[in-house]
Amino acid sequence: MPDTLVALYVFVLACFIGYFVVWGVTPALHTPLVALTNAISGIVIVGALLVTGLEEASGTAEIIGFFAVLLASINVFGGFLVTNRMLAMFKKKKK
Amino acid sequence: MEISANTQALAYLVSAVLFIFALKGLTHPSSARQGNYLGMLGMLIAIVATLAGSEVTSYGFIIAGVVAGALIGGVLAARVQMTAMPQLVAALHSFVGMAAVLVAIGTFLNRQAADTLNAVLMGELSAGIVIGAITFSGSVVAFGKLQGLISGAPVRFAGQHHLNALMGVLTLALAVHFAMTGSMTSLIVMTLLAFILGFTLIIPIGGADMPVIISMLNSYSGWAAAATGFTLHNNLLIIVGALVGFSGAILSYIMCRAMNRSILNVVFGGFGSETGGQESAGAVAADKGVKSASVEDAIYWMDDANRVIVIPGYGMAVAQAQHALKEMMELLEAKNVEVRFAIHPVAGRMPGHMNVLLAEADIPYDHVLEMDEINPEFASTDVALVVGANDVVNPAAKTDSSSPIYGMPILEAGKARHVYFLKRSMRPGYSGVDNLLFYQDNVSLIFGDAKDTIEGMVTALKGGGH
Repeated sequence: MPDTLVALYVFVLACFIGYFVVWGVTPALHTPLVALTNAISGIVIVGALLVTGLEEASGTAEIIGFFAVLLASINVFGGFLVTNRMLAMFKKKKK
Repeated sequence: MEISANTQALAYLVSAVLFIFALKGLTHPSSARQGNYLGMLGMLIAIVATLAGSEVTSYGFIIAGVVAGALIGGVLAARVQMTAMPQLVAALHSFVGMAAVLVAIGTFLNRQAADTLNAVLMGELSAGIVIGAITFSGSVVAFGKLQGLISGAPVRFAGQHHLNALMGVLTLALAVHFAMTGSMTSLIVMTLLAFILGFTLIIPIGGADMPVIISMLNSYSGWAAAATGFTLHNNLLIIVGALVGFSGAILSYIMCRAMNRSILNVVFGGFGSETGGQESAGAVAADKGVKSASVEDAIYWMDDANRVIVIPGYGMAVAQAQHALKEMMELLEAKNVEVRFAIHPVAGRMPGHMNVLLAEADIPYDHVLEMDEINPEFASTDVALVVGANDVVNPAAKTDSSSPIYGMPILEAGKARHVYFLKRSMRPGYSGVDNLLFYQDNVSLIFGDAKDTIEGMVTALKGGGH
């Protein structure tokens, strides 16, 4: 099976996981859900690292990669930290 | 230390599983923080595994990028006000989109230099660039609308949809041409067109539909990550992209359902542009007049009540009234009055926005209920207090088939014994629809800034009642 087809299999099955997991999220936490998905979509940082860190990468590619790493890291750090900040606010009634 | 490709692939698998658990954690507030930590761990594993792999050999630019990104992201996360959360989210969506575009272009340059380009790869690169670019410029427009930099009103002109369709077809054609020939010109024009397309697709959507726009762009940012995964043959990116893409899609669906509108209607509809229309039930009721009440009137009934339900809307966020509401809740609870908060799915500017604002004010989450949970309670409730909400309690959604909001599920505040609306003016809600509830016998309006009014109630309650 060619690589692209394997990727398609993974993609379609992951869509099903996404469907079932996200329907389980409580509506009260929909804003943290959006922030958390912001953070984890920062996973494009993996692509950015591969572009930037390649031994043969040209100067241009390195600059482009640098900005990709920068933007993706803002997502990763900003997303996880703000999610954490929000979730810390959700408390039960104090006794 | 360098790890083998197989070790790296296994690390990515662990990371993907951790991300799934992170989302699963959001099933309940008590497990959510732990879920978030699992997500962080997953990200750490993914980054370390990538850096330790054989493909990454130079680290200078990487370290600079990560450090700068961590600083900017950290400051943004620590400083952002909860009311401004939709803006932050829109900004972060735009960064994912732009990062996807940059990764695709960088990959193209690297593969071109190594002479390993092929048609399939270039097709996948095009997908990454187009989806990423649309996500970027669409999110920039959303940010501008939320921040008030550009008008929230839908921008519409004749032939708009035809123009968008034309640009869409052209973008696709250029993508195909690029994949077949590797033409640099096609690549550049396609990229520019996709940026313009993101702009023109979002600009006609009105500010009232912000929760849907945010959800849609959330979905796009996921698909952009998935497309990047296809170009790099990286299963982790594909999995995460699919999870995020579906998350945004489901949220869009939930938001649309809560407004009884189809996604196509939101995308092409330009809600909030129509003005009134012909003589409707609203105009007839307008002749009956509206009662206005004072803070003391409301307190008189709340003081003796068994249950008070507060219905917050975006007006509460604008007035920053949530902290005063918390104080009011505590004073009422001290008098054995049960206080609950009723949340409509589309209250606020993004999904779940009200819940976060109330949580910020230290209001316990078990006092905050969703529409379906709380609707049966209104009939046995003494006072419903509507703070900066409007359309979500409008009975026209049930009774007036000519109303633009007809069919939208509402909070049945009108069934409470007494209903008090905290309003600045008689200005209608975002839909531009008159609220029939104003003219019901048990309903009064308290004019003024919501925060001032609630603080007035707090003072009156402290005064010892009657």
